[in-house]
Amino acid sequence: MAQHQVNYASSAGLPIALTSVDKLVNWGRSNSLWPLTYGLACCAIEMMASGASRYDFDRMGTIFRASPRQADVMILAGTLSKKHSEFARRLYDQMTEPKWVISMGSCANTGGMFNTYATVQGVDRIIPVDIYLPGCAPRPETLQYAMMMLQKKIRRESADMKKNTKQDLTNQTGKRARLI
Amino acid sequence: MRKYVPKDNVQGKSYYTDRFWVAPRVPREEVTDAHFTGVVATLGVLAKEAHVELGQLIVHIDARDNVAVIKALKEACGYTQCSEQSAVDYLAKDGEFELFYQLLNVNEAKRARVVCRIKKGEAIESIVPLFNSANFAEREMFDMFGIKVNNHPFLKRILMPDDWEGHPLLKTYPLHGDEFASWYEVDKIFGKEYRDIIGPENRDPAKVDRHDTKRFARIGYEVPFGTDISEGETQKEIEYSEALLVNYNKKESKTLDKRR
Repeated sequence: MAQHQVNYASSAGLPIALTSVDKLVNWGRSNSLWPLTYGLACCAIEMMASGASRYDFDRMGTIFRASPRQADVMILAGTLSKKHSEFARRLYDQMTEPKWVISMGSCANTGGMFNTYATVQGVDRIIPVDIYLPGCAPRPETLQYAMMMLQKKIRRESADMKKNTKQDLTNQTGKRARLI
Repeated sequence: MRKYVPKDNVQGKSYYTDRFWVAPRVPREEVTDAHFTGVVATLGVLAKEAHVELGQLIVHIDARDNVAVIKALKEACGYTQCSEQSAVDYLAKDGEFELFYQLLNVNEAKRARVVCRIKKGEAIESIVPLFNSANFAEREMFDMFGIKVNNHPFLKRILMPDDWEGHPLLKTYPLHGDEFASWYEVDKIFGKEYRDIIGPENRDPAKVDRHDTKRFARIGYEVPFGTDISEGETQKEIEYSEALLVNYNKKESKTLDKRR
């Protein structure tokens, strides 16, 4: 019978881990990124595949939520038409801080091949974007990599909301939301 | 053996295009089919001109007779489906729109197209009482060309937003949109005063601006969102895979005792 000796009292043996509040908060935030269930075009098919069992977003703590109030990440998956831009911005505004945006695919990044009057030429014209994801459409692995890059980005951020908020929270009286 | 063609700068040169190439017309044939002859006879004087293209009957009519003609085709000739209705912009060439109604006779497996022309600013009578499928088609025609349809039950834009200006399928409408179109989402969401902040649309998908810290990330040399780096960014590489928990234990906390 094996006999173990755990030196709890010795300087090296205490089961204590030291960290900072920033790291702890960001550890929680980055490992429970809940994106909004929001697809615009064919990229959303890849986004659905990423969430389904083969690529399995759940193992990263990424669970799609059906309400912008419960979501942290907005994945703009597909072509954003000008008619729809107002509603995309409204969904973004309804998300609670802290919130991040992934622009998925060429159409969302720059308008892509839809170089026309009816397509928003890059969603960053209306929503501040954290991760730009190239591809047409990006494979699920690419979206997973983008999610991991976003996690790394979050881990570097300050946990202080005032430091990384994207919207000017002080401007409560203004009718329109501030972009930055 | 194939003739040698020098391949210098082949990709840089534009493809050879014949400046005098004219798109071939679909050949027009006489109406000889028994069914189509009966259709033309039924329409009588309403059909100004009739011919057959690719096995389909084309009937040119006066725009004021469109409901009467289509009613006759539906009730007397068995054309029970209206599969498409729209217009073609010939304003530059003739100063007119060409409207067409594509009809289908399921029993005879025949298609007929009713074609009429209206001038700019003229309206057309709705055929929604005859074909419900024309409801959306006429709305789309109104949306894309600005052609008004009289007695339509709900004539409003169907594809473009309700507050859109301009009719995109007109030949005079630019593909990249006019000024209203290019600023539509900015004006609607933020207001016109934000045009200066957001800037004009970037139609070059390969454009990279290294000083733009809102749209472009510098992996490994990151700066906070929106920082001004025109003076030069700090060349400080960032370690991404930093440990979350720092292990202060220098030696193993659990040791297996020596038995002997």
